[in-house]
Amino acid sequence: MSDAKPKRLAIIASQGTLDWAYPPFLLASTAAAMDMEVSVFFTFYGLTLLNKDIKANVAPQTNPAMPMKMPFGPQGFQNIQWPIPNILANNIPGYETMATSFMKKTFANKGVASVEELREICVDLGVRLIGCQMTMDVFGFETEDFIDGIELGGAATFLEFAADSDISLFI
Amino acid sequence: MTDYTADQVLDCKGLNCPLPVIKTKKAIDAMDSGQILKMVATDPGSKNDITAWTARTGHELLSGGETDEGYVYFIKKK
Repeated sequence: MSDAKPKRLAIIASQGTLDWAYPPFLLASTAAAMDMEVSVFFTFYGLTLLNKDIKANVAPQTNPAMPMKMPFGPQGFQNIQWPIPNILANNIPGYETMATSFMKKTFANKGVASVEELREICVDLGVRLIGCQMTMDVFGFETEDFIDGIELGGAATFLEFAADSDISLFI
Repeated sequence: MTDYTADQVLDCKGLNCPLPVIKTKKAIDAMDSGQILKMVATDPGSKNDITAWTARTGHELLSGGETDEGYVYFIKKK
């Protein structure tokens, strides 16, 4: 516990959609609040989560089990799960944008923090946020694209921390 | 549940995971050792989460339970 060496959590964040943006920031911030040492390595599409402006969307077409519910109206209406066949969802222009705004609205209605807020909490609580240098080069990102206070590194940087961690997650 | 005289009260009503835990941590950090924080939440998950958080961090969960106010916790800073 508190007298012993702090527990360590090492996370690889590899996804850049809104739904997958939550787990790394949520777990990292909570672990830091539990006095753990936390590092998150952002690689491939996950690297976009370090952009100053997070533009993450949900991708309903790759999540057929995603419930489609309305974030407004009477409770009975909000509880309806709309059966939107995948073949239809894939072909409605703007469906992804709509689903994204519905998810953000629903999360806000339920008192869930935004991804940006959780990221701020991570920075505030001393979580190490490491951007993948190789991904930066491949996708053509510049250091100025990212929030302040992050580190840049590669696989070895992450593994050096993860080697002594108690929990390692690939998200 | 037992009531204690709180040095500080934290309202986490309407907030969902993990915000009650995060706000509790920040509130406790700003307090002195031995002081008591009263935290009120509406998130049913806070029952297990606050228990887990106090077990991990070493702060003492003096009492906790469901009241008319919501889920109420008294936590003593270590």
